[in-house]
Amino acid sequence: MLSTPALVLAIMLFALGLIGLLSRRNILYMLLSLEIMLNAAALAFIAGGARWGQVDGEIMFLFILTLAAAEVSVALGIVLQLSHRFRTLDADAFCELRG
Amino acid sequence: MEILFYIAAAVSFLATVRVITHVHPVHALLYLVVALIALALIFYLLGAQFAAALEIIIYGGAIMVLFIFVVMLLGPLAVEQERTWMTPHAWVGPSILALVLLGEVGYLIAAGDHTGSVIAETRQKGISIALYGPYIIGVELASMLLLPGLIGAYHLGRRLSREGRGC
Repeated sequence: MLSTPALVLAIMLFALGLIGLLSRRNILYMLLSLEIMLNAAALAFIAGGARWGQVDGEIMFLFILTLAAAEVSVALGIVLQLSHRFRTLDADAFCELRG
Repeated sequence: MEILFYIAAAVSFLATVRVITHVHPVHALLYLVVALIALALIFYLLGAQFAAALEIIIYGGAIMVLFIFVVMLLGPLAVEQERTWMTPHAWVGPSILALVLLGEVGYLIAAGDHTGSVIAETRQKGISIALYGPYIIGVELASMLLLPGLIGAYHLGRRLSREGRGC
């Protein structure tokens, strides 16, 4: 069965996405890393669905796809706004909102 | 089947590593498209044909095109910058990885292993029944998520254009 190696690949891709999210400070690359992590989660769902022969994994994949589409449209709008106002994509530059 | 999976997994892993280590956004996006196509092949090998098709159409097609549009909108659209982005050697890496995937698909077609299509038909039926049966609340929630997404993207993009016209 291919489920176990698929789960290992999902873990590796998720770790890569997390490393990218933590190490890159460009907000566009942070978004790309988020996409990678979402894809890794989707791969884990598909592998689980294939392991048990159920359709629930693919349905979860459909929901992840919907979530990613909504997230990307709003996030890219925010990226456009930030680059328009601050003239940079450095995530550390957007520090007006102090906690 | 096993060796096809491992080759596709290696392509996906390498492309993802290049995504998070690249400095040019367009090059990183090219590698990400290759990684998504490799993931679609893995979905196919795992028996989720519908998910594989959606991965290519929606992720590799729609979402990545959205990213590329935004990258093109971000920088000043100078000809020099386009020239540095689109150098021939930028295409070498993604092309090699995509050719590996093309070889795998060609092998799958040539091998003529169509036993999965019969299983896929009943699976599609099961997905549809489950989606509009026990998961109907999820479908409703997805529609409630997509509408604010649409309104939010419209709002954020609209104010940008008005300010741009002002200054």
